[in-house]
Amino acid sequence: MKNNLPIIELNHIYYRYDRENVLEDVSLRIEKGAFLGIVGPNGSGKSTLLKLILGLIKPQKGTIKLFGEEIKHFRDQQKIGFVSQKANSFNSGFPATVYEVVASGLTKKMGLFRFLRKQDEDKIVKVIKSVGMQQFMNRNIGELSGGQQQRVFIARALVSEPELLILDEPTVGVDAENVQSFYEMLEDLNQTGITLLLVTHDIGAISDKVTNVACLNKGLFFHGTSSEFEEQKIKGISEIYGHDVHLLSHEHHEGAHT
Amino acid sequence: MISGILQYEFLQNAFLSGIIIGAIAPLLGVFIVVRRLSLIADALSHVTLAGIAASLFLGKYSTFFLGLNPMYMGMAFSVGGAVLIEKLRTVYKHYQELAIPIILSGGIGLGVIFISLADGFNTDLFSYLFGSVSAVSRADLWTIIIISLFVVLTVVLIYKELFLLSFDEEYAKATGIAAKSIHFIFIVMVALVIAASMRIVGILLVSSLMTLPVAASIRIARGFKQTILFSVIFGEASVLGGLFLSYYLDLAPGGTIVMIAVLILILTVLLKKLVSGRAV
Ligand SMILES: Nc1ncnc2c1ncn2[C@@H]1O[C@H](COP(=O)(O)OP(=O)(O)OP(=O)(O)O)[C@@H](O)[C@H]1O
Ligand SMILES: [Mg+2]
Repeated sequence: MKNNLPIIELNHIYYRYDRENVLEDVSLRIEKGAFLGIVGPNGSGKSTLLKLILGLIKPQKGTIKLFGEEIKHFRDQQKIGFVSQKANSFNSGFPATVYEVVASGLTKKMGLFRFLRKQDEDKIVKVIKSVGMQQFMNRNIGELSGGQQQRVFIARALVSEPELLILDEPTVGVDAENVQSFYEMLEDLNQTGITLLLVTHDIGAISDKVTNVACLNKGLFFHGTSSEFEEQKIKGISEIYGHDVHLLSHEHHEGAHT
Repeated sequence: MISGILQYEFLQNAFLSGIIIGAIAPLLGVFIVVRRLSLIADALSHVTLAGIAASLFLGKYSTFFLGLNPMYMGMAFSVGGAVLIEKLRTVYKHYQELAIPIILSGGIGLGVIFISLADGFNTDLFSYLFGSVSAVSRADLWTIIIISLFVVLTVVLIYKELFLLSFDEEYAKATGIAAKSIHFIFIVMVALVIAASMRIVGILLVSSLMTLPVAASIRIARGFKQTILFSVIFGEASVLGGLFLSYYLDLAPGGTIVMIAVLILILTVLLKKLVSGRAV
């Protein structure tokens, strides 16, 4: 059913910002067509892992391949769409319309010194419609609610028609009803063949949507299909994590990385 | 005044350079303001002052510098300061804005030393500080024209990269565009425009021409392109209005231009209040 070509390959990754390792010996393969949910407590290195994959930082040890290519030779960034955890904390007074923000998702794909053509404009409008934001197209982004802004950032990630979509806690600040329809949208995208990588705290909400689950806490404590994950979960979540953590509560910040 | 413009070369120089600067200073100003780098213009203008003072000082001892337009030395210092700011920003990763006051104070310090070495203020230096209509030479005008052509062409060509970098720096880097080079080109353009603007508005007021029209525009514009358009219109209105008023009332052009920009800003704030008040 699924093509077994790995889209992302991490081999024995070590990363530290200062002295302490944030990631330790993480190896992970993500195959084409997968919908991988990455879970883990605050400070467990989830966002760091994504930054490594996006090439924003470089590992001290280990290798990363994207679409079969060493990351330092990888130039097809338009194949990757990215919605960051901090999308909600951009400069909210920025005077840009929804249309302009989504259009900026085509920057890399178009290349230097190129201007928007008619078919690009059609594509932008189409993707804005697909996230249900057409009536806000000419609104300034700062005038939208957090959840609406998040849809715009997803449209920006989708407009270059990526093969891999990476999302870092995209549902923070989105209300429960919209979270549900948001996950359904991701499921649909996955059905069309896009590989998805989703970081979330909300294990419960996604376990029936994702195909694979990875549990991260400095090291990778579990990686398997979602049904394997369900079996493990019965055995107790703390075993999966390596030590006792409060997965579903967002308050337990400290302690997580000490 | 129209007849004056036709008659006197210095008035032609002043008006043409005013018209150009009234457009390009706010054009770059939009990117500066949305990236929250407003103080960079202040820092670089003080570095420019140091360069000009250095040039005037050296002019006392060397005929080469006496013959050289001090604007060039100011420009060299300004670009050097811009490069230094970039270096410092990577040193202070978590306090990037610290780079600006460091360069600002360095610029003032160096400027004051050169001014005292050059035996204090003379009228020439004074015209650089506050701007002057009569000080713009044909050579200045040509320099301003060349810089502006370079700036406008560059902004048009790398507009979408500049936009992305301004809106979301992390995302820009993740998409793999040459974020570092684009930012570098941008800051060099800012340095050049500051050096070019100072003849008219003066070093102390350059940053106002880059930020005040944008501050007004951002209140009422919808979208980024409109913000640029309104900023340029407001900048142009301030420069033209300021030059006319200063000519007839015999005021310092720099101050008059800036006060008109302030007036426009107040009017837009009031207008916005009025409109949104009615909507409620
Ligand atoms: N820029 C940075 N400089 C230094 N340390 C950092 C930096 N970013 C993250 N860290 C540290 O690295 C560790 C992992 O952070 P990371 O952001 O990857 O966690 P996370 O799993 O995404 O957490 P959350 O669920 O809160 O988003 C934390 O201990 C954090 O303090
Ligand atoms: Mg995170």
